[in-house]
Amino acid sequence: MSSAEDNTRARSLQNASTLKSEEYRERMTLFGLSLPAVLAILIVVFLPIFWLSSLSFYNAAGALSMENYERIFKSALYRRTFVVTFQISISVTVICVLLGYPLCYWLTKLSDRTAAILMVFVLVPFWTSVLVRTYAWLVLLQRNGIINSTLMSFGIIEEPLQLAHNLTGSIIGMVHIMLPFLILPLYATMRNIDTDLIRAAIGLGSSPRGAFWRVFFPMSLPGLFAGIVLVFILSLGFYVTPALLGGGRVQMLAQRIESTITVYSNWGAASALGVVLLLLALVMIWLMNRVFGLDKLFMR
Amino acid sequence: MSTSVQSLPIVLSRLCKAYGSVKALDNVSLNIAAGEFLTLLGPSGSGKTTLLMALAGFVRPDYGSILFGDREMITTPPNKRGLGMVFQSYALFPFMTVAENIAYPLKIRGLSKSDQKMRTEHALDTVELDGYGDRRISQLSGGQRQRVALARAMVFEPQIILMDEPLSALDKKLREHMQIELKALHQKLDATVVYVTHDQREALTMSDRIAVVNHGRIEQVETPERLYRQPNSFFVADFIGESVSLPVEVSNKKAHLNGRVLKSDLPISEGHGGHRLVIRPELLEVILGEIPETANDFSGHVYDIIYQGDSILVIVQHESLGQINVRVPANRAGQKGLPSQGERIGLALHPEDTIIVPEHGS
Repeated sequence: MSSAEDNTRARSLQNASTLKSEEYRERMTLFGLSLPAVLAILIVVFLPIFWLSSLSFYNAAGALSMENYERIFKSALYRRTFVVTFQISISVTVICVLLGYPLCYWLTKLSDRTAAILMVFVLVPFWTSVLVRTYAWLVLLQRNGIINSTLMSFGIIEEPLQLAHNLTGSIIGMVHIMLPFLILPLYATMRNIDTDLIRAAIGLGSSPRGAFWRVFFPMSLPGLFAGIVLVFILSLGFYVTPALLGGGRVQMLAQRIESTITVYSNWGAASALGVVLLLLALVMIWLMNRVFGLDKLFMR
Repeated sequence: MSTSVQSLPIVLSRLCKAYGSVKALDNVSLNIAAGEFLTLLGPSGSGKTTLLMALAGFVRPDYGSILFGDREMITTPPNKRGLGMVFQSYALFPFMTVAENIAYPLKIRGLSKSDQKMRTEHALDTVELDGYGDRRISQLSGGQRQRVALARAMVFEPQIILMDEPLSALDKKLREHMQIELKALHQKLDATVVYVTHDQREALTMSDRIAVVNHGRIEQVETPERLYRQPNSFFVADFIGESVSLPVEVSNKKAHLNGRVLKSDLPISEGHGGHRLVIRPELLEVILGEIPETANDFSGHVYDIIYQGDSILVIVQHESLGQINVRVPANRAGQKGLPSQGERIGLALHPEDTIIVPEHGS
């Protein structure tokens, strides 16, 4: 009787240590599986960022200095680049919201099937190379391109509009490329809003418009915020489209960084620009979070 | 808004709504008395929710009339109908607190902040959630959310409250508790309540009257007891309660089963198709001696005995009619003299319990 009890106790003790070591082994396996990715990110992303960032603290002579940062804040040229970058990024974001929000709202009103088909029209350009799309815009927008020639043949304008090789062209091209980044998270959020909520609001006395502003819009904000952050941050560092459609007249930060390296081979200065861009992006995310008060919305 | 609320009667006439070739509402007419608790009961896809949504104004019927009191409502938009509504999903606004949710209809109606606060607190009190006003919806249990939805639907003292399967997401015990509470609340509120459910037991528990809906039509409207004891079609008899049914011949207002006349005190409803005898397990009586002359004899042999806690289900094999179930209480009286498996069991169906219904209602 007591020997049987002792046996059970011994076996339970043995089991406890086996179970524990199995749990440990499982954890180590998971860690081992993710290790290649962790190492890759560390070596390919973080180390270069640290190395490049550190370059910004050395001057041309190789001595530690804040020279590169001082130049950014003192030079009118650099200041202008920052202003243009923000101008374009804000314009692109605002236009994307104005175009994307109604579109997403309309899509949620359609049947699943129709909405899925229409989403393909959003996604196909999204999957097409940015370079191809930018050149296509160049063809459309140039002085004697389709848009100008059509408008002129209808007698709407007499002189061709200056649509490419300037700020307008850059913004048109960038809006086209950024729009899916706004639509995808926003649409996903809107689609998940329970239609019963809107019905409840209307049933309780709200007009359809009131129900939209009091219930639907606040509930779509997390998706809108995600889209705005994506579009804005991507725009801040955008290169290809403004470089091609801006025709050299529009200088955004990424272009300035590129020319600082390829034309002036000043790695320190380019690095300082990059660091400032990164910090600005982080500050913008933090600010937007404060403005939208999203922690409250996300907490369900 | 006056504090003394008068509930309103509802008159539905000839409502039709088709989705393609499917008739979701097929010429529905129904009178609901002021202050009544009426349940629309039916299987899924029967049209009961469509009917409720037509009342609420979210479904636009093709034809017919909806009167609240003497006001025609069919063309009135849902936000102007002044209804309280409780949804199956509760439809509480997740980004608002409990109090903000409840105050929503008051805010829309432009009540002063202090009035909003007073009424919200009163509503919270009514559903026994006092002190929960500042909670977030995510912090509430299913039953508490249900109460908030209820408070929000009644806080502005609507004359009519619509409920779309409000208890279906709760577990059985809580659901049964809430059924009793809702019924008590209805008596306190003095509002006309139209309630949708597919749960026949819930309908029987709560309603003043039940309208059984099937294929977009109303099969029968009756008080729970009459509906249970005198269904007017096989669908109603089969949908409500447990039963075994057997085809019978009807001639000269008498039903015949296997050539023998069935003794029944209940009227046989008009309809088409054949007729069926409906045997409810709890209406059969286990007789230890001779079956009385006045009753119908359904004696057979015990095939299986299933203990179900609150009752015992005995499956009886009848020599010519197949299996018939009989339910006896699981107390000493019920178990006394109960034959064991394979033995003969005497079963009597009394004339007042002998339900004969047409295959299809008129």
